[in-house]
Amino acid sequence: MTIQKDPLVIAGRAYQSRLLVGTGKYKDFAETRAAVDAAGAEIITVALRRVNLGQDKDAPNLLDVLPPDRFTILPNTAGCYTAEDAVRTCRLARELGDWKLVKLEVIGDPQTLYPDMRQTYEAAKILIAEGFEVMVYSVDDPVACKTFAEMGCVAVMPLAAPIGSGLGIRNPYNLRIILEQATVPILVDAGVGTASDVAVAMELGCDGVLLNTAIAAAKDPLLMAEAMRLGVDAGRKAFLAGRMPRKLYASASSPVDGTFFE
Amino acid sequence: MQIQVNGAAREVPEQITVLALLAELGWADRRVAVERNGEIVPRSTHAQAVIEAGDRLEIIQAVGGG
Repeated sequence: MTIQKDPLVIAGRAYQSRLLVGTGKYKDFAETRAAVDAAGAEIITVALRRVNLGQDKDAPNLLDVLPPDRFTILPNTAGCYTAEDAVRTCRLARELGDWKLVKLEVIGDPQTLYPDMRQTYEAAKILIAEGFEVMVYSVDDPVACKTFAEMGCVAVMPLAAPIGSGLGIRNPYNLRIILEQATVPILVDAGVGTASDVAVAMELGCDGVLLNTAIAAAKDPLLMAEAMRLGVDAGRKAFLAGRMPRKLYASASSPVDGTFFE
Repeated sequence: MQIQVNGAAREVPEQITVLALLAELGWADRRVAVERNGEIVPRSTHAQAVIEAGDRLEIIQAVGGG
């Protein structure tokens, strides 16, 4: 099995890249685009905000730099604290770009940015009924993740650690349980800090990783974007290859027989 | 008459349409979505949708985010 024949399928569409990236926190649009390209990402998240009525109308728009005919635009509901606001945001996204694939996140607390699960369930239910394809940001709780899949979410995205924290995979055992029970793609969303973190997520069997700050806040974002791409590839290949079992004692790599010294 | 656009009060002529407001603001033919009083105003109806006094409009675009 090669990586090329191992697509990530979300809502019936196949992607070659398993690295999804956000477009926030870059110094300008040129850097945003360069980072997306270096990451090899096909799915990119965007936020929806009021236009600045005083701004230069000829200034480039994010979508000029990241054209929707080339990338799958994944509008998010970042900043929403209620199901109602999340649903409004998704409806605006559908109106704006005819996008029905959405990243649902309903935040419950500004300090941890942990999701408010009650509001997230409610929003997911409404959005699915309205025909949206919901990729949902969730706590790394096996019951919650299973519930979202049963509700009809097209992907479930448990956090590895708080958004923007860069703390890495804090609960690999929960992720393993979530992955064992998975009936839809499971992507780690939020909390990874560096390439080894994404490799660990992929080695565990995650279908993909969504990240933003780990690239944007690196000293050299473009180099980190490439590192993340390689980390995802390495982790995926290692997962498919199947790692050797862990053993307590050593096992010689060179033949034990045929030595010429007594 | 007075309306709210993106949270700020604004004086506009009576009977102004959503399309005319967008044109006045310089946002016609741009990648924006419009909501009025919490309901989407579909792009196909911008030319017909007449704004009323006290309406709350939101003009929304895609920006960088994670």
